[in-house]
Amino acid sequence: MTDTAEPVAGTQPAATWTADEMMSIAAARALRDGQVCFVGIGLPSTAANLARRLHAPRLVLIYESGTLDTKPAELPLSIGDGILADSALSVVSVPEIFNYWLQPGRIDVGFLSGAQVDRLGNINTTVIGEYDEPTVRLPGSGGAPEIAASCREVIVVMRHRHRAFVEQVDFVTSVGNGSGRGDRELLGLRGAGPVRVITDLGVLEPDPDTAELVLTTLHQGVTVEQVRAETGWPLQVSADLVITAPPSTTELETLRGMRTVGSKAS
Amino acid sequence: MAKIVPLPQAVSELVHDGDTVALEGFTHLIPFAAGHEIIRQHRRDLTLVRMTPDLIYDQMIGAGCASKLVFSWGGNPGVGSLHRMRDALANAWPVPLRIEEHSHAGMANRYVAGASGLPFAVLRGYSGTDLPDHTDTISTVECPFTGERLAAVAALNPDVAIVHAQRADRDGNVQLWGITGVQKEAVLAARRSLVTVEEVVDELTPVPGAVVLPGWVVDAVATAPRGAAPSYAHGYYERDNAAYRAWDAISRDREAFLRWRRTIEEAE
Repeated sequence: MTDTAEPVAGTQPAATWTADEMMSIAAARALRDGQVCFVGIGLPSTAANLARRLHAPRLVLIYESGTLDTKPAELPLSIGDGILADSALSVVSVPEIFNYWLQPGRIDVGFLSGAQVDRLGNINTTVIGEYDEPTVRLPGSGGAPEIAASCREVIVVMRHRHRAFVEQVDFVTSVGNGSGRGDRELLGLRGAGPVRVITDLGVLEPDPDTAELVLTTLHQGVTVEQVRAETGWPLQVSADLVITAPPSTTELETLRGMRTVGSKAS
Repeated sequence: MAKIVPLPQAVSELVHDGDTVALEGFTHLIPFAAGHEIIRQHRRDLTLVRMTPDLIYDQMIGAGCASKLVFSWGGNPGVGSLHRMRDALANAWPVPLRIEEHSHAGMANRYVAGASGLPFAVLRGYSGTDLPDHTDTISTVECPFTGERLAAVAALNPDVAIVHAQRADRDGNVQLWGITGVQKEAVLAARRSLVTVEEVVDELTPVPGAVVLPGWVVDAVATAPRGAAPSYAHGYYERDNAAYRAWDAISRDREAFLRWRRTIEEAE
């Protein structure tokens, strides 16, 4: 049973929603009040800010630009938008955010996304194909490798597509469970690694014995076959598979009411 | 003591073909005006160092200034890819580009080592990733006290660091605040430094938490109002997000990019 399955704010189910909205809401539900969360830009930032508006008003958001406990009134378009600094408890330098705050293990949850994730939860944001002659050049690692290494646990949020959920990533930018259970310890990584991967179709979690990602939760209206079709390895399904509760009206209205900095008023 | 000089003169004196140049500013205070001046002065064969290359390096790479890029995250933040960088990597247009790739923590620590006068820095990082296989400035070191294996990264000591700040006084002391990134470390790590500022003032009013770079660690200060636009200068102007989105279309197309480049070269 995961705590992503039930709405944590409002119980009135919404009428309609998109798969992306379900993903953001499921990801927001995975964060608990009072946790300290190192947030990547994009889907993780949307979900973390949604959680802070719903059930986790004391969620501490940290961005790699050095903003500690920031409470932006609008979603930042980039990792260092002024709104993150203006609404922060404090702003520190980039060496400090990584060395003093992330590295010693002070952060509860690392919230990441990626272009590829594999069967063992390793993430690729570097290249598709060969490093020297890639098919697609991606942005690279940014803060992710050390976020994945040092946070107490990691939550990955990304759209579930066959090309993204691969048997083995083309490039290990950020380590999940490496080559299997126990590998993180051998590599000297301190955190527990990925505890769940939340997508627009459902939730995958590492098997306690093998560390392989298995399907533990389906979003409402999604079938196991659909998820298998979008997964690049023979996906195992948990015996205790649960169905995500639909978004509540409160969750959906809050999500739809969030604006991005610099976007036109909706 | 830093000289206060016009921007074209500062770039002409401090940035030479073949130099390793770091223009820093983490989303905030990105020295766009200085980068555009480097394009105007047709510098070539630069090794461009920057944690987040973003638009300014996409522009300089497209203009043919760079033969190598040292970085840790190369995208248009919140928008997408850097198409001029991709074109240079995939098609050698307008010139071939080599890369040296790190994580943010690795790059930040390389600057810290450089600023500290040390040959390398130690961090918990990179373990289990594929980055060390492709980057020879990443290694490991054994802790002499515990025997633990840790990542080691080579110090970064650019020939020139260029940053943008809110203001300086007439002696060239510089004050910057908000998201301060790695600017202090980059300036202290570099052999020469140029700071562009929004304004030069008679007296620097203290700002809590501000970084102050004393005039004696800076070679030149140049006034460049709105010199960080389309990024932002905290307390002066906001980020022009529309310009970041617009760059996507310009940078996807070589002809559109060349038209953009002409507007820069014709500007003062």
